Amino acid sequence: MSSRLELIGPQGLRTDGRRFNELRNMNCKPSVLSQADGSAYIEQGNTKCLAAVYGPREARTKAQVLHNRANINVEISLAPFSMEERKKRSKSDKRILEIASAVKQTFEPIIMTELYARSQIDIYLQILQFDGGTVQICINAATLAIIDAGIPMKDYVCACSAGCIDDEPVLDLNHLEESNTPELTVALLPKNDKITLLQMESRLHIDKFQQVMEMAAKGCKEIHTVLDKAVRENIKDLLKKSSI
Amino acid sequence: MVKEFESSINEKDFILQGIKEGLRLDNRDIYDFRQLGITFGPDYGRSEVTLGNTRVLAKVSCEVMRPYQDRPAEGMITLSTEMSPMAFPSVEPGRPSEEEILVSRILEKAIKRSRAIDTEGLCIVANEKVWSIRVDIHFLDHDGNIIDAACIAAISALAHFRRPDITVIGEEVTIHSIEQRNPVPLSIHHMPICVTFAFFENGEYVVVDPTLQEEQIRQGDMTMTLNIHKEICALSKAGGTPLKMETIINCSQIATTKAKWITEQIQAALDAEKSKK
Repeated sequence: MSSRLELIGPQGLRTDGRRFNELRNMNCKPSVLSQADGSAYIEQGNTKCLAAVYGPREARTKAQVLHNRANINVEISLAPFSMEERKKRSKSDKRILEIASAVKQTFEPIIMTELYARSQIDIYLQILQFDGGTVQICINAATLAIIDAGIPMKDYVCACSAGCIDDEPVLDLNHLEESNTPELTVALLPKNDKITLLQMESRLHIDKFQQVMEMAAKGCKEIHTVLDKAVRENIKDLLKKSSI
Repeated sequence: MVKEFESSINEKDFILQGIKEGLRLDNRDIYDFRQLGITFGPDYGRSEVTLGNTRVLAKVSCEVMRPYQDRPAEGMITLSTEMSPMAFPSVEPGRPSEEEILVSRILEKAIKRSRAIDTEGLCIVANEKVWSIRVDIHFLDHDGNIIDAACIAAISALAHFRRPDITVIGEEVTIHSIEQRNPVPLSIHHMPICVTFAFFENGEYVVVDPTLQEEQIRQGDMTMTLNIHKEICALSKAGGTPLKMETIINCSQIATTKAKWITEQIQAALDAEKSKK
């Protein structure tokens, strides 16, 4: 039975050899696509995501025009080869639409959309490989791509998940862990420690809630340093290239 | 597309000012729910919930089906939500709107993912036959906070539902009609209750159970799903205004008391219905 699965080994290590409070290995690179205004590629453990941002540009249909701010459009697709079982997922899958709407609503108050009235910002996200934490990687990739596109934002948005295995809070769940434990995803603005997105599935006792949320928030801060470093390095590269 | 009806700027300012002073148009406290009404029947598994002017109808039905291959000994639960133009003038019929997707996902997480219903108890013959329970949720009137009303309607309809009794002899399955034998209730592990908060003025003011007008001027919302054992079954705050951690912890405390109150209301309504029969 899957519920009897040992998620913590005898040495106190998790199935992929991490400790309780350890993030998965994170790799990220902005500016990976030539056509997009901004793009980014992120790996968090075995979950891989590619993001492209277009805009601010003219809205595609008149119905999408907002007279006082830019409209944000988010599309997420899961590659058919991203999961164990090869399967084509339709774009109207409820789960994917839910994540897309969560990403959209997360960025709406953060991007300074009021500067670009009557225009549209498109965020396209492609999950290339899936191993848990779809929401968090989508948000992190989108943040990096929006920064790369030069669209003004109030702050970074960093997302991270945390869960609870045998009453012990654990950070950054992989797919095996998230299907067997409660999972809490937090998106944080690192500058003022405010939470923009909070999602949880499965059952967690309220006494543990604060502990798990604080752990996820700590993970968000770690992710922030990684993203910030990637952005700064990218800018340094650009400066070097332009000075020649 | 029909544009949604919006309140005037004066009206919005008036409501917002009231919330800042701790007053609401319908004379409630900011942490109060509206009047909750739960009625059942006439047949099993049908409940109608009113929360102020919001009205939701839920109907549970069942049929025997072949189980999923990866879960041969578990029954199925399907939730279906329907937003008709009757309650939502801005909704285009036929195509699910973003709001509808979010509502149905929250309900799915609240009821299915939190394992509120014992699905293993719905198995008849492993690999061959299981009960498939279907909950149809119809929104009849929309005056804000449809999620909480829909959740109460769904869980109370499930608690009220009785499925036909069966006997299994070897491979032979007999389904007894309701007249032949007393139908059996579903086994419910816990009752998940959704509590929705609306936030104003960058998260400084919090309101429980927002009306439609309050929903139109809110800057963010959060739905917490809890049960009476103080377990959080689902939580959803999809973007919106950023919040401090203390606000969220505070909300979770309010939500526990509200969940307890609503559970008691559902239980009372179920008991009253039972004594009537």
